[in-house]
Amino acid sequence: MQKITRESLIQKGVELLENGTVDRILGWGKGEFGYDITPTVFYDKESFSKNFEFSSFCGANFSKYLLKETRKGGKILVFIKPCDSYSFNQLLTEHRFDKDKVYVVGISCEGMADVNKIKQKYGEIASVKEDENGITISTLYDGDKTILLDEVLLERCKVCKGKECVYFDEFIGEVKENNPQDRFEKVSALEKMSADERFAFWQNELSRCIRCNACRDVCPACTCEKCVFDNPNSGVENKAISDSFEEKMFHIIRAFHVAGRCTDCGECSRVCPQGIPLHLLNRKFIKDINGFYGEYQAGKEIGSRAPLVNYKKDDLEPSEAVKREEE
Amino acid sequence: MQVNEFKPKIVAFCCNWCSYAGADLAGNNRLNYPADVKIIRVPCSCRVNPTFILRAFQRGADGVILCGCHPGDCHYTSGNYYTRRRMALLFSMLDYLGIERERTRVEWVSAAEGAKFSTTMNEFVETIKNLGENKRLEDLRCKK
Repeated sequence: MQKITRESLIQKGVELLENGTVDRILGWGKGEFGYDITPTVFYDKESFSKNFEFSSFCGANFSKYLLKETRKGGKILVFIKPCDSYSFNQLLTEHRFDKDKVYVVGISCEGMADVNKIKQKYGEIASVKEDENGITISTLYDGDKTILLDEVLLERCKVCKGKECVYFDEFIGEVKENNPQDRFEKVSALEKMSADERFAFWQNELSRCIRCNACRDVCPACTCEKCVFDNPNSGVENKAISDSFEEKMFHIIRAFHVAGRCTDCGECSRVCPQGIPLHLLNRKFIKDINGFYGEYQAGKEIGSRAPLVNYKKDDLEPSEAVKREEE
Repeated sequence: MQVNEFKPKIVAFCCNWCSYAGADLAGNNRLNYPADVKIIRVPCSCRVNPTFILRAFQRGADGVILCGCHPGDCHYTSGNYYTRRRMALLFSMLDYLGIERERTRVEWVSAAEGAKFSTTMNEFVETIKNLGENKRLEDLRCKK
């Protein structure tokens, strides 16, 4: 098994297009600057070979795009990274699309880069290039710089769930050892703070929210056709102005709606233009669910029952759930 | 008596089969509970979407209490078991965001527990009075 490159994926895609297994491909399309890679559907091999891109900036998770794509005729090829395959499985569990209309090529992944981290460190960048030595960025004022992928990994890649795809028709690449950090480290640190400190932390973070709804739009668990946040009578459809704790309602509701179904894919934090650590809200729910009702990883198995649609007779009382935190 | 005494606004979601009947019994027995408590009758405690609770705070409630049948006694067999899980997670999240944990509460009150209903409500109103106005979860969009 070889390391995955852009060429090997193009070869695979063209092969599957030519032998008629699929009639279109959902893949990462080239952007203007190298780091602004956009999910794109390719209908022919010419445009696919020309515009397909695979680099350390291909963080986008395709699972949600399949909802609309599988409603069309024909079969679509999709490239799925190990962490995306959890979202894929979770959507299958919820019967959101027909898996016979998708051909899944699982690909191994060594972590993806977070362009916002690079921008924070080096300022605005004009373009990026990647080779064996690392990522070379051209900054606007500072010339070229070479950085290592490890320095700028996405938050979710630091706490990687595993390098094996949980669903695929075909797997390419090699599965490597995985040494993730503890993903609940920051959540535990927050829990240890006093209520006032926690409030101040979240006030600071959430007041940056511009209510672009990108976190909702990208989330593979948010798949309702009609969303509560589009309801003009909900009271949370607009941006809150002059509020000391802006958009807390939006974020609590958003996190609660995906509680128990969130696979911790971290797309919400990746797309947030304001850099709000939204994954900390989701991870809090995951940590609670694991602690209160037993370990559960959404999307690990098709057909598993989510903790919020299940119960035990001796579950913990809500008052105890809050008390546990003090310990 | 102080003129500007703080009058909390408290929303109590009561399930039709147990807690609402419990409130009725409290009334029949002439047991007092504060008029600050506004009861909203729901078919089952499971009907209460976590958004309802947030919505109550958004519209200016100072405390929200959810009452249902004791676990195992649900009229619909299992509704309150789901409520229990949901609320445990919601309350834990509110606490995580730094919101006073005393503002929300779940209490199981059966139709025979009129006395428990009245003591619970008295206690809860007292707690909220001590906490003062809800500032952390208010929403200025909804302030009239």
